[in-house]
Amino acid sequence: MIAWLNIIIQGTMTGGLYAMFAVGLSLIFGVMKLVNVAHGDLIVLSAYVALIVTETLGLNPLVSLVIVVPVMGLIGYILQRGLLNRTLGDDLLPPLLVTFGLSVIIQNGLLALFSADNRRLLAGPIEIASIQFGDLIRVGVLPLVQLILAVLVIGGLQILFYRTSLGRSFRAVSDDPVISETMGLNRRHVFGLAMALSLAVVALAGVLLAIRTNFDPASGPTRLIFGFEAVIIGGLTSFWGTLIGGLFLGIVQAVAANFDPGWQILAGHIAFLVVLAIRPQGLFGRVT
Amino acid sequence: MTDGATLVTRSTRTTNIGVTAVGGLVLFLASLPFWGSTDTLRLLIDVFLYVALASLWNFLAGYAGLVSVGQQAYVGMGGYALFALTTKLGIPPLPALVLVGMIAAILSVPIAGLLFRLRGAYFAIGSWVVAEVLRLAAGLVKPLGAASGMSLPVTIAQSLGRAQHDRFVSVYWAALILLLIILLLIFLVLRSRYGLALTAIRDNDLAARSSGVNVARTKLVVYVVTAFGTAMTGGLLFLQRLRISPDAAFSVNDWTALIIFMVIIGGLGSLEGPIIGALVYFLLRETLANLGSVYLMILGAVAIGVMFWAPSGIWGAIRHRWGLQVLPLQLRVVRPPSSADAIDAQIKS
Repeated sequence: MIAWLNIIIQGTMTGGLYAMFAVGLSLIFGVMKLVNVAHGDLIVLSAYVALIVTETLGLNPLVSLVIVVPVMGLIGYILQRGLLNRTLGDDLLPPLLVTFGLSVIIQNGLLALFSADNRRLLAGPIEIASIQFGDLIRVGVLPLVQLILAVLVIGGLQILFYRTSLGRSFRAVSDDPVISETMGLNRRHVFGLAMALSLAVVALAGVLLAIRTNFDPASGPTRLIFGFEAVIIGGLTSFWGTLIGGLFLGIVQAVAANFDPGWQILAGHIAFLVVLAIRPQGLFGRVT
Repeated sequence: MTDGATLVTRSTRTTNIGVTAVGGLVLFLASLPFWGSTDTLRLLIDVFLYVALASLWNFLAGYAGLVSVGQQAYVGMGGYALFALTTKLGIPPLPALVLVGMIAAILSVPIAGLLFRLRGAYFAIGSWVVAEVLRLAAGLVKPLGAASGMSLPVTIAQSLGRAQHDRFVSVYWAALILLLIILLLIFLVLRSRYGLALTAIRDNDLAARSSGVNVARTKLVVYVVTAFGTAMTGGLLFLQRLRISPDAAFSVNDWTALIIFMVIIGGLGSLEGPIIGALVYFLLRETLANLGSVYLMILGAVAIGVMFWAPSGIWGAIRHRWGLQVLPLQLRVVRPPSSADAIDAQIKS
């Protein structure tokens, strides 16, 4: 019983990271109806940026976030203004194919620069530090920090979207890009900010995940798929639903891994397909 | 013949030339096994199979609007089904190939049932999940070599021909016939009622629906036909390679990214585009040195550029500039000439 509780706690903490991948994805979909196929590769890119920063400046990966997060935000803004804004329109195909092309370019670029070797970010003693709850439950400090950060980020996004003027701009361009421009908004700039925010969030999650698990240039698609599954399981309606979707995915994976490590990822995908089969609107989606 | 009658036709002078040229090309390709070298056959098998995959993807995405980035699911399914049928059930490879297509077509129906719940870009990523599930599942099947894969036993390879050259000749015939069947099938579907429905869906889903097109059924038909053809192509690809593994069989780069780039560069939504795109790819591949990963990056960048500056691809640009049409697909209104004789002449030509 306690063993199970520990497994579920583990799953919850990884799930927090998946939820952050997912909110990055759903944020830009919400604002500009763009599904970024290169999302996973950008997550992996952030881990490589952190790798460079930690190796050249000798910083702890957690400290390197101070540099990596703004850098990825800037990349996001430039990417959106320079490339992705041009793909937006009624046709779904251009954004999909351009981001798919981008995904292949990032993946192979990383492969050419860093080889296919597995990498991991080393964060020192905090990696194995843990807190004892009661006699039997032991929670790692780092996973706990991840979960807390995930909840804070998602709560923060919720506040940003519904309580600030930037959030109002996001919602305005999402509801009606043309009318919002007559109200003085620069749609292209707002889209750029949304992408910057999305990549800042996933940079945080990408670096945290890279401290816990190996990454290589080809691990992007898996990250994209986890985020996507969390979005659909959560039901496409709110950031909190997405958080639950991510946690659900993390727990399913952790439980399956306990039976057979070979099943960890597969079980997550199958759980997603089962949700799609019996509750296509997601666990918390409204019936349409 | 009444004056002022309008003639609607698919044939023009260029399509007549085009159809003749295509016929000549097919005869030429059919003669190749009798005098071509093994290397030529090997290259052309690859060309045929990539043209087949590109045409099928274009059929799915360019006409039915089902942009899938998970077609490697069917390539891998085809390869694995072929290996399983030949090694475990002892079915000869070429008859097994037909079974492979049927198995994939049957499996594609429930998969479509799931994926069609997702719209647009979400459908794309959903299709990727299905391919990933199959890749991971194939890695767990011990009789098929699990994660390290398996080789086709020598006896099965030799059933296609004792010498290596004979084996390539058999696969060459199979690949050529498969490609022709796939292209003919797509051509006929596009010329049928379904083709009109598909073009309507491609141009405007909602308008097609309100004109009485059963959008869901039409898309399902295209999805299943594509699965059938893609799996058979996959079966042949791995029959030629004689070795299969989950990562090779379900590779998104080899079976989807490359294919998408070919179609975009050649021209999405036309029958000729994917063929041109595949030929351009092979021309580059055979002339440039093997640049490995940089190569895929260049192709990706070119595809993005085409998407921005020439969204209808090479073929679209050619067609736009000269109004060319090689295959008789598009209906044209021929303006009625003033006298009835002229109309007669039109009909005869």
